[in-house]
This record gives sequence, structure tokens and C-alpha cells, in this order.
Amino acid sequence: MNDVWPQLEPLLSKVAKPARYIGLEDGARTPHHAADKVAWLLSYPDTYEIGLPNQGLQILYEILNENPHAVAERAYAPWTDLEGLLRDRNIPLFSLDTHRPASAFDLIGFNLSAELTYTNLLNMVDLAGVPVRSAERRPEHPLIVAGGHCTYNPEPIADFLDFVVLGDGEEVITEINEVVRDWKMSGRTEGSRENVLRELSHIVGVYVPSMYDVTYEGADLLAVTPRYSDVPERVEKRTVADLAEFPYPKTQLVPITEVVHDRLNVEVFRGCTRGCRFCQAGMITRPVRERPAEQVRTMVEEGLRRTGYDEVALTSLSTADFSGIEKLVGDIVTSTDDGPPVSVSLPSLRVDAFGVGIATQIQRARRTGLTFAPEAGTWRMRQVINKLIREEDLYSAVEAAYSNGWRRVKLYFLTGLPTETDEDTLGIAELARNCVELGKAHTKSPSVTASVGGFVPKPFTPFQWFGQNTVEELRRKINLLRDDTRKSHGVQVKWHDPKATLVEGIMSRGDRRVGVVIEEVWRQGGTFQEWNERFDLDLWTNAMAAHGIDPDWYAYRHRTEHEVLPWDHLSAGLHKDFLWQDWRDSLAEVGLPDCRWTPCYDCGACTGYSIEHIVASATPPAGGSQGTGQDLGRSVPVTLLGRAPVVVGS
Amino acid sequence: MRIRVRYSKLGKIRFSSHRDMARCWERALRRAEVPVSITEGFSPRPKVHFGLALSTSHESLGEYLDIDLQEPEGSSVDLGTLPERLTPFLPQGVVVEAVSVIERSELSLQEAVTVCTWSIEVPGVSPEQLEIDVRTMLDATTLPVIRERKGKKVNDDIRSGIIDLRVIGATPSDAPEQGAVFEAELATQPRSVRPAELLAAFDPPRNEGRVRRTHQWIITDGARREPIPAHATARAPAQAGAR
Repeated sequence: MNDVWPQLEPLLSKVAKPARYIGLEDGARTPHHAADKVAWLLSYPDTYEIGLPNQGLQILYEILNENPHAVAERAYAPWTDLEGLLRDRNIPLFSLDTHRPASAFDLIGFNLSAELTYTNLLNMVDLAGVPVRSAERRPEHPLIVAGGHCTYNPEPIADFLDFVVLGDGEEVITEINEVVRDWKMSGRTEGSRENVLRELSHIVGVYVPSMYDVTYEGADLLAVTPRYSDVPERVEKRTVADLAEFPYPKTQLVPITEVVHDRLNVEVFRGCTRGCRFCQAGMITRPVRERPAEQVRTMVEEGLRRTGYDEVALTSLSTADFSGIEKLVGDIVTSTDDGPPVSVSLPSLRVDAFGVGIATQIQRARRTGLTFAPEAGTWRMRQVINKLIREEDLYSAVEAAYSNGWRRVKLYFLTGLPTETDEDTLGIAELARNCVELGKAHTKSPSVTASVGGFVPKPFTPFQWFGQNTVEELRRKINLLRDDTRKSHGVQVKWHDPKATLVEGIMSRGDRRVGVVIEEVWRQGGTFQEWNERFDLDLWTNAMAAHGIDPDWYAYRHRTEHEVLPWDHLSAGLHKDFLWQDWRDSLAEVGLPDCRWTPCYDCGACTGYSIEHIVASATPPAGGSQGTGQDLGRSVPVTLLGRAPVVVGS
Repeated sequence: MRIRVRYSKLGKIRFSSHRDMARCWERALRRAEVPVSITEGFSPRPKVHFGLALSTSHESLGEYLDIDLQEPEGSSVDLGTLPERLTPFLPQGVVVEAVSVIERSELSLQEAVTVCTWSIEVPGVSPEQLEIDVRTMLDATTLPVIRERKGKKVNDDIRSGIIDLRVIGATPSDAPEQGAVFEAELATQPRSVRPAELLAAFDPPRNEGRVRRTHQWIITDGARREPIPAHATARAPAQAGAR
């Protein structure tokens, strides 16, 4: 197969940051394509800088290239300057590793982590020379597949994807590869496309949208039902039971040009059971599966030596909860003592003195800023979202930060949460002001930044029934905060314009009918919508109006208990009645403890799949089950849904 | 101890920037476990001094950087094998050609190098036409250009920075676009003339094809030499200081 490099090379001196298109990263493979190997093009529908660090794609890239029946290369969205030049010259989307045309692959697989990238997905499929609608594709076209958090509600993009994978990809990718290999070896004959998709639908975790009929009654969704008896009524997510079996990435890609998270990343655990009700990641990745500390140490040590990075991040949804985190961090800091200086970073810090203690341990020099995420401004609001941090916890964290030499504190908040009142919103300003006051004892001009984001409810969370705030309401709340802090010395309020929340809301909870809007916006040139300077709300509202899509109905409407949700035929393992109960508890301002260290309340993630939490320690870290010094196990009523509890621990 | 390294940068890697290369070098030095001196203070950095920046998309046969090694560990580094040790840790297309010890008193690369030789491909032009272009340019006494400096447009004259131009012939068969090639000697001081400015100063302006820096020159008492003697690999510290 020809590579496009000769045509591409003269264009690269005409575009911004051309190093994004050359490949050559340390860790990149030069695979040998063959008739009996399935060729995957693993793609991220955003720029190289955003897409390259994606750990999911890097893991699959290695697993596939280790498989004698597969080869994998990578592609990212070309920026608009290069896209224009490619289209002018009829040069297709290409892989970075060997600069092969995308259409020469058997599958193009996308990681979907953000709804606003959907138009980029269509654009990349089109640039590959493949029809954007799956119904129009023929046997010679690659299969278009997607995975990642967004695919827990793939309905808005169902017409553009041949199939979807739910959950962890480490094991299912090999099963998919075998089915696609049979198809490839059989010559991809006329009419065979439907057969391979039907075959794929038998794999647990694989959803083939075209195998399902969708019925409506008026505006309401009635059901999504399989067209054939051998196609599952409900598609369950895949969960890797033991992370220790998958020490990937083994050879993390080291980019030549700068990317986000440009450092060694080692995943220390997957899943989170803190139960923050706004957090989709925490709900859909359950249960908690820790990597053995010894394996983490080896991955860090070997990774640093191999990559030459001087920074390692221990990644997870809440790294301070890793069993024995203090010892792990201490070991890493000590083991790198005699070499060049290495910094360790924890992407999320717990809001208490314990969290700051760990930060103090790893950041011996250069203590500039620390970030905490209390998420809401009042205790009442934090009970609603189940982020059970008391003011004392935050103040002890901030006190510890300033007394240990940090000068700036950044606080993350959400606004537009269920039941939020102006008092709750203004509580954000109050917290920030109090933090500045605390800092005055330690530094002359303490600075506290409150970063405020607009909340968008997500599928498979207790807030999936909540009608989100309008863009105008979010703007009003942000202005309220700005006015209130205008004269508060040391407090800065930072916010993103909430204009995109409407589109995110419709894409995250929409059904198949909103697909036409995505296609229309893409046809109008609306790519890179997750880039603030490129987002165009009018493009979306015009497309919705043109296709009779009512934004109020999709985004701003509260759902009722028995409404059929567009993702009801998919499963993240969570019982719908558990989520509903948690939604009711939320409105009653009742918290729920972390089940790692308290009895099971049967959310379904473990029991449904006969798996368990894997944590090295059955006792909670210092500070109790929410890390905040509260004994929630007793003080909070726990609703058990009548199934046998699962023993926690390994 | 300070060492000077010469490397080439050819092929796809030419599309990486000067900053990208700096970060690749820092990682490569850590991976090869070269005992590089580290700056003191809150954000310790390896003491690596890069030479003149090479524009993104330009190739080079002669790029340089100076590295301070820790004492006493630095003196036990085998400089003879250092090029082969470093190259595998650098991106494909970057090859370490030579290493030499230099005196700390030597001028920095950015100060010392005053002239660079470039090989410049001009797509869509015959060697004969390019010959005429080059003649016209060399015969001119002034070559006014408008440059942007701190957001303001200023008039400048690049003629004095053009030391010599020689047409070589047609582009080689591996060139991305066919045309003609010429060699240019361009000053880097008092201000640098860039190949792109040179091409823009032709009448009519010419497009830039593949551009390759072939040499950097230090001129002492009218004699030119390269920052590392042409075929040097490593030399013993005692000799390196003698000029």
C-alpha cells in the first residue's frame, strides 16, 4: 500500500506545528501489515496534543501490536490548516506510524471522551474516504468503531458507528480481532458487512446499533429492541477483573512535540466508589481495582529509565485513596534520590490535611500552587452531590498548604447542580474568602482562585434524571459570583463561558434523533467544537431548529422515574433502581459512604458481574470512609437493596 | 567540564521545532545516564546550551550544543563512544556525529558562529533561471526588505548579510518537489539572514523547498573553522583547549 508521505511532505512546511504529523515517537511501532493480520487505525478525534497521551488508545496499541493476528497504527484530527490542504489535493486521512491512508485499514477505532468531538469523528471518517453513515458503507470500507466514556450513550452517534464497545478494552479487543480476521480472510465479500456486525454483536460488551429498532410515541422514546433473537436485549460493559494482568502501557509513547500530560503516566487503580453523584467516570468504572504497589514501583522505575521523563503522574480518579499511598510515594521519591531530580504528581488531591501531607512529601521544592476540588460552596450542596467535605476539612487542607509554603490555592467548583440556590452559589465566594483569610497568617498576599464550571448531567449517574440549568441561568450564577467577589482581595473567579453546556447536554443524554444535528453541524464546517474559539452555538441551534430538535426537551427537562432512557438497553452494571434511590437520597440531602470500606449497598457493579473490589487494605485511609474524619458508616442511613453484601478486600 | 556535540537532523524529524529538540536532548541525556550538571535553585535544569536555532522544517548536517558535565563524574565519560551511546536515544533522523571537549572560556555557540552555509531547494525553477536570479541578487547593492519587529514594520537591508550564492544544479531525485538547488552563505551577525527572507527577496519571490544547513562557521582572525574540527570525534581534554 502506498504511503502518503511524498504528497504530505511539501505541505508540512505550510502548516502550524508540523511535528504533530510525523510520528517517530519513542515507543511507536512500525508494524508489518499482512493479509492474515487485522489492521486497526486507533484514532482520537482531536488534535495530536490532546489525543496522543490518551492512555486507553496507548494500551490497545500495545496489546494489538503484540497480537500476531493484528497490527495497529494511530491517527489524530489534522488541524484546519492541514485539513484544507489535504482536501484541496485529495489526500486522505493517514496514519502517523507509516503514513498509510486510513481506508487501507480494516477498522478505524475512536476513543470518545468528550461529546463536543463528535463532529470531528464525522470529519475524520469523511477524510478517510468512508461514508459517514454506516448504512451507506460497503465491504471495502473499514469498520468504524468507538469506545470510551461517551459510548455509554452512543445513541446520538449510533447512525455513524458500525459498532461500539462498552467498558475496559484490554480483553474484548482480542475477541473482536478474531471475528474481524475471519471476515478479512473470507475476502469481505458483497453483503458480508452485515454478517460480521451480527457476529460482533454476540461478543459481550459490543453494541451494534444497526441491529436494533428504535420506537417512539410522539416525542417519547418507547424502546430500543434487537432486530434478531441472537442479538442481546441489553449490552453489558466489559470489566477487567485484575489490573495486575495488564501492566500497560509498557512502552509509553514519548512525543517529540509538546502534548498535554507530557510525562510518564502510571495508572495505579481503576474505578472509584466515593460516589460523587455528578461524576460519570466514578459510576461507570466500578469496582475499584488497585494495581499491586510492587507493580506500580516497577512501572515507574522502568518507565522513567526508558523514557527519560523527569516527571511521573500516578493516575486514577482519586489517587490519595490508593492503599498505602504514603509508602508508595515515599518509595518513589527515595528510589530517585541519587539520579537526576524527578517530580511525582497526583492529578487529584484529597481535600484534607492528609492530601496536603502527601503533596508535601513529593513537592520538596517549588511550592507554588495546590488544587482542591470541593465542587460545591455549602455543606448542604455537598450532601446533595455526595462530596462530603466539611468546611473544616477544606480549611485544614488550606491551612496545611499555606503553612507548608504554598502561596496559591485553586479550588474547583460546579454550578448548576440539582437544588442549587443562590445561597449555595455564593457559598463558593465565602469559602474562597475564608481561605484567603487563613493564608494571611502565613503569607503576605495569599491568592485563591475559584474555578467554576457549568454542570452537565451524564448517563448512568443519579443525576441522569435532572433537567440541567439553561445557559442563561449558568451565566447569571457566574455573574452573581463575579459581583460578589469583585471587592474580595485575593479571590479570583475563573470560569468557562457555559455556552457549550447546552450542546454537551443534548449529546450526552440525547437519542438517535439528534444524530442529524451532528451531521448538519459538521457539514456546515463545525469541527473542533471543544475548542472555545471554534465553538459556534448558533450553528447548533440553527441545526436543531432545522431538524425539529427541541433543546428544552432534551437538556432542560427533568426525567421521570419510569421514562425509557436512550441508554436503557446498555448497562454499566449499575442497577437503575440503585441510581434512582441515590437520586432521591440526593434530593433529601442524604450522603452515601464509600463502599470500599463499608458494607455493600449493591449498586450492581460487583454483584452483577461476579467481581469484587481489589484493594490492598480493607481499612480506609486516615480520615475515614470519605477521608474527612467522619464516620459515615454510622451517621448516614444506607439503603441496602436486598441482596447479599460482597466481602470487600482481596 | 564542557563538551561540544555536533549532530545532524535529516528526514521527517526536520518538522520538529528547536524547542522540541531541546526537550528530546534533555530526555536522551538522562536515558544515556550522562552526568550533566544541574542548575541550583527551585527548578533545577540540566546545563545544556543550544546553538543557533534551526527553523522548523529545515534539515541540518551541522547542529551544535554544549553540555556541562558534573565533576568529577564527567571526566570518566568515554567521549569516544558517546556519539553511539546518544544516537539511539534521539529521534530517528538525528545522528550524533562528533563530540569534543571545549574550554569554558570559549564563546557560546550563539556568539561565536557568524556565518552559516545552506543548501536550498527552489521548486519549479530551472537551474538556468535560478542562475539568473542569483546573479541579479549578487549584483544588487541593496536588498530592502520589510521585517516585523515587536509588531512594528521596519525597513531593513539584507544585502550585507549575503556572503555568497552558488547554483548547484537540478534538485536530487529524492526531493519532495522538483526544481533547482543553490548554496548560500549567510551571516548570522549582526543580524541573521534567514533562507526564507532570501527567497522572498528574489524578483519574483521564490518558494521554499527543502532547506538544509550544511555548515556553521566561526571566524577568527579572518580564518574560518567549524565549531568542532571537521572530522573530530572525541579528543583528549589537553588537546582540545589548544588552538
